[in-house]
Amino acid sequence: MKKGLQALLALVRENWALYISATLATFITVAVGFAIPLVLSETVDVVLGEAPSAMPEWLKDLVAARGGRAFIRENYWLVPLAVVLFNLISGVFSYIKERNTALAGENIAKNLREKIYRKLSYLSFGYHAKAETGDLIQRSTSDVDTVRRFLSTQLVEAFRSIVMTVIAFWVLFDRDAQTALYSVMLIPAMFTASYVFFKRITKNFQLSDASEGKMSAVLQENLTGVRVVRAFGMQQKEVEKFDAASRDFQAKTYRLLKNLAVYWGSADFLTMLQIMITLLVCVWKAIAGEMTVGTLIVFTSYISMLVYPIRQLGRILSDAGKSLVALGRINDILHEPAEEEEEGALKPPLDRDIVFDHVTFGYDQGQPVLDDLCMTIPAGRTVALLGNTGSGKSSLVHLLQRLYAPTSGTITIGGVDIQKIDRKHLRAHVGLMLQEPFLYGRSIYENLSIAMPGASENQVKNMSRIAMADGFITEFEKGYDTLIGERGITLSGGQRQRIAIARTLLKDNDILIFDDSLSAVDMQTDQLIRRQLRQHKKDVTTIIISHRVSTLCEADLIVVLENGKLSDEGTHEELIQRPGLYQQIFAIQSALEDDIQKSREAVAKEGC
Amino acid sequence: MQAHDEMDYSKKLDLSLWKRLLGIAKPYHKHLWWIMITMAICAACDVIFPLLTGYAIDHFIANQTTMGLGGFVAVYMAVLLVQVASIYTFLLLSGKTEVGVCYTIRSLGFKKLQELPFSYYDRMPVGYLLSRMTTDTQRLADTIGWSLLDLVWGVIFLVMCSIQMFILRWQLAAVIVLVLPPLALISMYFQRKILAAYREVRKTNSRITSAFNEGIMGARTTKTLVREEANFGEFQELTTRMKKYSVRSATLSAVFLPIVVSLGSLATAYAIYKGGLEVMAVPQIITLGTLQVFVNYTIQFFQPVREIARIFAELQSAQAAAERVLTLLSTEPDIQDTEKVVALYGDNFHPNKENWPELLGDIRFEDVSFQYTDGEKVLEHFNLHVKAGESIALVGETGSGKSTIVNLLCRFYEPTEGRILIDGVDYRERSLLWLQSHLGYVLQQPHMFSGTIRDNIRYGKPEATEDEVIRAAKLANADPFITKLPKGYDTPVGEGGSLLSSGEKQLISFARAILVDPALFILDEATSSVDTHSEALIQQAITGILRGRTSFMIAHRLSTVRKADRIIVIEDGKIIEEGSHDQLIVKQGHYYQLYTSQFQDEQGQAVLRGE
Repeated sequence: MKKGLQALLALVRENWALYISATLATFITVAVGFAIPLVLSETVDVVLGEAPSAMPEWLKDLVAARGGRAFIRENYWLVPLAVVLFNLISGVFSYIKERNTALAGENIAKNLREKIYRKLSYLSFGYHAKAETGDLIQRSTSDVDTVRRFLSTQLVEAFRSIVMTVIAFWVLFDRDAQTALYSVMLIPAMFTASYVFFKRITKNFQLSDASEGKMSAVLQENLTGVRVVRAFGMQQKEVEKFDAASRDFQAKTYRLLKNLAVYWGSADFLTMLQIMITLLVCVWKAIAGEMTVGTLIVFTSYISMLVYPIRQLGRILSDAGKSLVALGRINDILHEPAEEEEEGALKPPLDRDIVFDHVTFGYDQGQPVLDDLCMTIPAGRTVALLGNTGSGKSSLVHLLQRLYAPTSGTITIGGVDIQKIDRKHLRAHVGLMLQEPFLYGRSIYENLSIAMPGASENQVKNMSRIAMADGFITEFEKGYDTLIGERGITLSGGQRQRIAIARTLLKDNDILIFDDSLSAVDMQTDQLIRRQLRQHKKDVTTIIISHRVSTLCEADLIVVLENGKLSDEGTHEELIQRPGLYQQIFAIQSALEDDIQKSREAVAKEGC
Repeated sequence: MQAHDEMDYSKKLDLSLWKRLLGIAKPYHKHLWWIMITMAICAACDVIFPLLTGYAIDHFIANQTTMGLGGFVAVYMAVLLVQVASIYTFLLLSGKTEVGVCYTIRSLGFKKLQELPFSYYDRMPVGYLLSRMTTDTQRLADTIGWSLLDLVWGVIFLVMCSIQMFILRWQLAAVIVLVLPPLALISMYFQRKILAAYREVRKTNSRITSAFNEGIMGARTTKTLVREEANFGEFQELTTRMKKYSVRSATLSAVFLPIVVSLGSLATAYAIYKGGLEVMAVPQIITLGTLQVFVNYTIQFFQPVREIARIFAELQSAQAAAERVLTLLSTEPDIQDTEKVVALYGDNFHPNKENWPELLGDIRFEDVSFQYTDGEKVLEHFNLHVKAGESIALVGETGSGKSTIVNLLCRFYEPTEGRILIDGVDYRERSLLWLQSHLGYVLQQPHMFSGTIRDNIRYGKPEATEDEVIRAAKLANADPFITKLPKGYDTPVGEGGSLLSSGEKQLISFARAILVDPALFILDEATSSVDTHSEALIQQAITGILRGRTSFMIAHRLSTVRKADRIIVIEDGKIIEEGSHDQLIVKQGHYYQLYTSQFQDEQGQAVLRGE
């Protein structure tokens, strides 16, 4: 709570000039606004009636110097002019207050959004591998909005209510302390009631929200499962199910609205009762000659002006807790450790040998995924990685882009430890293609050129041809301008992989890594892509993770990983001679031949 | 897909639209009348209170008498109680109307969605339909339940207030009401501007949300492509835009209120000036109390005008929501049973099962052509005869037309030309529900409904006994894993089945299909997203299940396909190869290519998993 308050204050402090001017403007607008009933009061008592003035001495002197009451009666237009002027002045300052606080709130919101977005971009690969998208989105959007609303409207409203209360009490007590007490007797009750009510009603809101969530879930399940619903002819049952959910939401919301109706009804009752009490006490005193009509006008006007903000104040205070919680949730993200810029990081050429020297790596404190690995990937060559599930082959290539850091040991490129190499430099020149690539919600063309925004159309299409993507892209009605994602087309896994390959090829790579990123592409296309790569990118060091013999056997070097350890390495010819994983993979070929032979025999038998 | 963007309508207010909506809200018309009556009472009380104050000044204070003060207090208290009672009543009734109208529209919409054909679902993303049924509907109900109420209050208060002023002193009133037209015009102008700015804010806000979504989902890819700064730059454009429009909208509001108040204060000033002179006149033309009433009214004047302007502006923007919802409600499904069929076999909600003939499973595609509404041709003059009990595997690339064949068979779509015969009869002469009730359908992405495993298995036959459920689960090889769970068949599956693995979900969806004992079985890539262990279980189950039933399989995994009686290879909507697995292998054609390459992939992965 205290920490949240400090964080909130820090945000306010960033916009101190706006807040201070808004504070001053609030004082002026409230004070000038409160002067209007005083003008009316003076008019009724002094100008129209014959009571003594209740104005401060200096004003009385000023008027007396001009000729006093007679002067005002002769120049009576001065009174309405004062009313209009005061309204204008109050309006101008109210504008300044509103605009400045809106500006401050929006500054803060913009700042928070940008900080969060930037932070999210630089949080580690590991963080994102485990992150819950829905929760993060909520923190970035609705939590920010809660904080913004509090800082741009609620905080200022609360402050205005307090200023109003103070000024009103001051004036009223000065005029008639006893009546003033009567006039505010219900106000503490009203404030407390609204505070307590809005604290309590939260649960009702939650119930209604939860019920709405359930209803939406039924709806969504029905819409996404429309095939199952129809295939089983369950429309009637679905209608019943939705009806029950919809009715429940109706009931829960109605209960909430009913509670609100009770609250607003009783709050209005208290409010009007307070106004009535004030009026009656004033009338009573006026009859007894202890109060002027003007003072009565001041009392009734002030109390009417005061009661509504006081009711809001209770609500704002009960909501304030939510903003603190929201800010806390936002700060959780902002305080996560992220990848930082490093001073003096190196930018060496990367078309050199890659050497793993006793590299050990594990996620968290658990079992090491890579265990004391030593190997060399020669520059400009193609190396295939074969490994059983969980052998650490993906982790190995992730280390090469510094997405994770080794627990111990070093990886060097051309003799330079990659931990000393600038991350951006490294990632810009190491093209890593993930098995399940993310495509952005834009056109295919924009997706392709996303890592190289300056690339020419020719380059883009060339890379797309190498990745065998041009063919299917040009078959779309809108070709390269086809939108991907929710508002466009859905691509198959193989198509997505090919686009991801093309966009990576467009970069200026010294090292290319295929993290099983051809797995959804059929074998023939896979072969074609690799043939094109050999032609066009022959000097690039290439690392391919695959289980396809056709891919593995063409590599200059095959590295076999088993349970985080290097179990064998060599060429195709060498490895087929030795028992091991590679031999097992190779054996599939002969199994396939056996399988086909069986079919031949079966058909031959039928033929007989 | 541009058509699905949230369109903004700056059209004139379309009253017929709102009339149709009020028609839908018919069950609540009585409520609406009562809301208006209580609102009118409320407005009347608002007019009476200043009069009472004025009376107190003129009567008790001016005469220095307490005579009748008791009566005054009683009247004041009575008006107060009446007002509180009517406030409470209309709050309650408006709430009831709001939730009721919401419920009514949703029920109609949901029922409509159950009837609309798949071609509709192809055009409309789920997100679009969801927001029609949730936010848009809520907005309409709010408008009907609350905006109307504020409108009535505003109009009645203005009218009563003006009448009362004319009664008290028409010479004063006549000048004061002159402030109303400019007040109304300015209010309309500002409310529209504010709303337009606010709409920009909302649009930008939803773009910010999707930017965050992309930023989070794509974070890893962004990192590998070193796109962080470029993405941030684009995001900054959005936040800058957001700030610009938010500040604009706030500034407009900040200017608007003082202008309206100042304009209103002109009326107050006139009342003070002219009224004051009339009080000072000898003999007095109006009393101090009357002056007080005038001042009071003029101070409250701008409030209802502002409300009315706001509601008109809101109605205009809610109109877009109204149009979208009404369009959904009035869309006519293009696959429908004819009246004759409905009369004989019943509709989707009230079937006449006693008239339903048995479905044997002899299927014939006769010269069937099909094209999507966007003109894309998928099948042309397609012919296929499947004997009852035969199992067919459809093989082909994405977009070859194999899914279309199955969709046509299930009558999710109808042929644009030619016909499909089931047991020798065009299926359009039978009811949709008849065909679909005889289908056992298993999808690639098994769809689970929230609830327990048992609920999901008996989804297609809610009246199934426990024995039947268990028998189906055993046939599908799902029983062993289910009984291993601590809660067994009562285990909740989570939203969308998130608590189960995809293999487990697939086994459950098999059990679900088996339970309804269908004559026709459709497996739509049913084994492609399943681990090898579950696949083996499913393979085993399939062989048993398919015996004696007509079945169609679309499969990527050829190990599933090879067991089919007949394999059909489709390319560009035509059959290019046909025969048993062995025959096609020997032929060394297209199927052979596919099979050999997949064999290596599947076996390779199995080796790496250590199997």
